[in-house]
Amino acid sequence: MAATFPQATRGAGPAGTEGVHEFTAAGGDWDEISAEAERLGDERIVINMGPQHPSTHGVLRIVLEIEGETVTEARAGIGFLHTGIEKNMEFRTWTQGVTFCTRMDYVAPLFQEAAYCLAVEKLLGITDDLPERATLIRVLMMELNRISSHIVAIGTGGNELGATTMMTIAFREREEILRIFEAITGLRMNHAYIRPGGVAQDLAPGTTQMIRDAIPKIRDGIGELEKLTLANPIFIGRQKGVGILPLAGAMALGTAGPMLRSAGVPFDLRRAQPYCGYENYDFDIITDTGADAYARVVVRFKEMRESLKIVQQVLDRLEAQDRKGKQPVMVADKKIAWPAQLSVGSDGQGNSLEHIRQIMGTSMEALIHHFKLVTEGFRVPAGQVYQQIEHPKGPLGVHLVSDGGTRPYRVHFRDPSFNNLQSLSILCEGGTIADVVISVASIDPVLGGVDR
Amino acid sequence: MSGTTGPGSEPVIDPATEAQEAGSQQLVQRPGGAKPLDIIDVRKGMFGVEGSGDTSGFGGLERTIALPGPSERPYGGYFDEVADILAEVLGEAGVNYDDAVEKVVIFRDEMTLYVAREHLPIVSRSLRDDQDLRFELCLGVSGVHYPADSGRELHAVYPLFSVTHNRTIRLEVAVPDADPHIPSVVDIYPANNWHERETWDFFGIVFDGHPSLSRIEMPDDWPGHPQRKDYPLGGIPVEYKGATVPAPDERRAYN
Repeated sequence: MAATFPQATRGAGPAGTEGVHEFTAAGGDWDEISAEAERLGDERIVINMGPQHPSTHGVLRIVLEIEGETVTEARAGIGFLHTGIEKNMEFRTWTQGVTFCTRMDYVAPLFQEAAYCLAVEKLLGITDDLPERATLIRVLMMELNRISSHIVAIGTGGNELGATTMMTIAFREREEILRIFEAITGLRMNHAYIRPGGVAQDLAPGTTQMIRDAIPKIRDGIGELEKLTLANPIFIGRQKGVGILPLAGAMALGTAGPMLRSAGVPFDLRRAQPYCGYENYDFDIITDTGADAYARVVVRFKEMRESLKIVQQVLDRLEAQDRKGKQPVMVADKKIAWPAQLSVGSDGQGNSLEHIRQIMGTSMEALIHHFKLVTEGFRVPAGQVYQQIEHPKGPLGVHLVSDGGTRPYRVHFRDPSFNNLQSLSILCEGGTIADVVISVASIDPVLGGVDR
Repeated sequence: MSGTTGPGSEPVIDPATEAQEAGSQQLVQRPGGAKPLDIIDVRKGMFGVEGSGDTSGFGGLERTIALPGPSERPYGGYFDEVADILAEVLGEAGVNYDDAVEKVVIFRDEMTLYVAREHLPIVSRSLRDDQDLRFELCLGVSGVHYPADSGRELHAVYPLFSVTHNRTIRLEVAVPDADPHIPSVVDIYPANNWHERETWDFFGIVFDGHPSLSRIEMPDDWPGHPQRKDYPLGGIPVEYKGATVPAPDERRAYN
């Protein structure tokens, strides 16, 4: 019979592991493995979880040392999704860089775009010249994106526990937001919509009404998910008191964002160091005192409602602007503003034919100018800046160095997931193996951002 | 390396003026500032044209690449206060402020303290612990490679944030490529554990005292440090609509 598998094999690994028993699990064979492990009676058992595992929230590898069901040591291994985005950005113009950084944390792409563009604008010294409408649209996009990121965090966290309904509701509501993104940017993800100097193009007519129509649906969806989880005895039993990271630990590990707020510190960069005019919006900073996985879910739920509040306020301002007539969404400086007039052509989204005809056909100077700006790009004064914004997962920092050229000299993203994932060991050690899944989900790492 | 001037017999060209003439800078020269710019590189030519075949003249271009130089007091805002308190706290610990902080650069309303590497632990500990400084968060470390800035090729940049006082500053440490060692700050800022591993991985800066300085993004047996400037990006030419687009690092650059 097939009872020959699994079998303990003599380890052939590196020095020090000779003679150590090794198992390769193929799924569905846990009983045999545990029976064999019991028979062998090894004291120290090391389990390798991931990188291809349905409950590690992405391509994350976790090495667990266990004693019975208890995790005595947990180490995270990352790098499986490293694509060298930072290095690649050094070989593109400042404007093209947006196309790359949007792919880092692909669940919250607009935050990378906004942070990068704010940093470029700071280096250029044009922060104050930005048209108001561009800033309003940025805030609108970021807050909608915050909701979609948080709801995916909660939904996939539920999925990893086996609660598929949480996942389907979350993705259904995220779809509402992605539909809005598609209407505004043309794409559901990887938008490259925010550009140094403003945004790629203005909202299409009727977009604000479309968002207003979607808001009740999104609010209902959040409410439905909330009702399904927060008072659910199974959910509470799995989440409460699990993955605790108290205030001191969170500060030492720099895990700001929802993790620090769930430990009681009302620290939010939108309030502390306002950017994009966040000082003009009425919203609350959500805190909790649980400092555990449950508290983080509560914080995320409440933050989504605060984001909806901000979205409503932005819509009011955008509509007030609409009544005043056409407003610019790019800086007036034609040396920086990349002309765009997007439409869908036979080979996908790109500049509209009328726009190209106008550039090519009306004036030689305009054509030269356009060619120079698009192929060469604009120059940015030499120096370095650091721009922080409040990403759904914590502070996102962009360190930009320019040598005065048309390409960045160095781009570094301090991704909040990368930093927060360091707390994995503290969250998991001393808990059970089953709680590892909950701890990872409560950090909400997106491995595209972690590995970049 | 900053402030290099020509040989004595030749007319001395002010590097700042030269750089500004090259069109790459928009910096205001500060009155009284001895070395207004920090020269990191002098680049020759453009578009890769050189030698006898160059009829365009681009091969003869020479540009000085310079970063903003040291700032003079007053720095403005809370920057003076931070510098004063830091000097006082360092003095109490028996460290001379001028030895520890090589220079201060204010650019775009941001403060960068250039710290001598041997004093990085005491400086960061003072910045974290003193009640009037309280920079509780270190937001990682970012490496920068300046291959032409001999003796200071590798830079490590540490952004600090104070939640208590709502302030940000930045520390920068420069080390030679031949001796790329910087003391680790993991015992002061545990959050920097992975960030220092990343900077080791990508730039080859060795953080002495780090609990386990191993590669984090690249495989353990990877040769080289990929984000250094002398490490190629790689890539292959791509055919698109009948034309061939060269690999990104083979394309025409205007830098």
